[in-house]
Amino acid sequence: MMPPPLALSSLLALSVTEPVSVAHYLVVGAILFTAGVACMATKRNALGVLMGIELVLNGANVNFVAFASPYLAADGARSLGLDGQAIALFVILLAAAEAAVALAITLNFYNNHATVDVDRADDLKG
Amino acid sequence: MTPTIPMADLVAGGLLPLAAINFHTLFFLLFAAIACGAAVAVVAADNVVRMALFLVLSLAATAGLFFLAGAEFVGAMQLMIYVGGTLVLLVFGVMLTAQAPFVTMKSAGGDRLLAGFVGVALLAMLVLAGLSVPAWRQPASGTVPEPTATPLGMALVGVRVDQPPAGQPVDAVRSGYLLPFEIVSVHLLVVLVGAAYLARAKRRKTPRAIEVAASVEPPEAVAEHAAIGRTRAAASVLTGEPS
Repeated sequence: MMPPPLALSSLLALSVTEPVSVAHYLVVGAILFTAGVACMATKRNALGVLMGIELVLNGANVNFVAFASPYLAADGARSLGLDGQAIALFVILLAAAEAAVALAITLNFYNNHATVDVDRADDLKG
Repeated sequence: MTPTIPMADLVAGGLLPLAAINFHTLFFLLFAAIACGAAVAVVAADNVVRMALFLVLSLAATAGLFFLAGAEFVGAMQLMIYVGGTLVLLVFGVMLTAQAPFVTMKSAGGDRLLAGFVGVALLAMLVLAGLSVPAWRQPASGTVPEPTATPLGMALVGVRVDQPPAGQPVDAVRSGYLLPFEIVSVHLLVVLVGAAYLARAKRRKTPRAIEVAASVEPPEAVAEHAAIGRTRAAASVLTGEPS
């Protein structure tokens, strides 16, 4: 069966009668990733930047799980199989570790400078 | 799998028959809308407490997407570690630093505009790249395995019991994830020790904020003591030690 052309496919993506494909998950992952990048770039609160990082990692995780899924991949040869799920698990663990360290750094910064504004962290500026 | 119904029939029928609805797709759209909407709300919100709330929503809905994709164990871990652990940590950080000027910090308008422009461009590129591969737009066909976490659990202790991908011999040597599992465990331990060390209560005599305030405008007691030349007493006011 030939896949439908691009414009028709994205139109049908909104239909609730079509089964879900990997591309659906890729779109969700792209939106999460982009929201995270915008969050990291614009937030002045250090905790807001941290939340952006969580969103980016989450968007990548969605893609890993989608490529690993037996319900979505077109055939077994292209599927990541168990590797995708394992990578997603490790990403979740590393995100937890990263959040712990980043939060400790943020609290230290808050104790030393009495602010959480990342624009004020310019002590190293020449 | 629900048979595909052409769009023309739906339009002609005027009403979507219940039997034609693919409930997997319906719940996917529901969770995807929550996840994406909350993620965009995180970017749009200025209040850091609301940002944390929307982040909880987004990550929990993503766990729902994982369940729908057949990754039950990953979804459960997402709920337990991300939503239950990491975000509680973030909320603690929000509460510890939530003083009036830091709850709502607006970015500059130009920064927002630039970030929106770059974000839309990045999103367009990623979506087009994701939709450009025909194989990724074809839904799965054929048998799906039983939903169980056994293969993943066995693989994490080093034994692969899942079927190899088509085209590979069954007896191909495939390693499990025991080594990455151990590395990540030690990494987590080291990171927790490091975080506890970084965030430990320090024996600072005065917080930096008070030092800054004192250097800008010395309190009366300091000025008085300095005026009569008792510098040691002035230092004792700053450090809080009895002179």
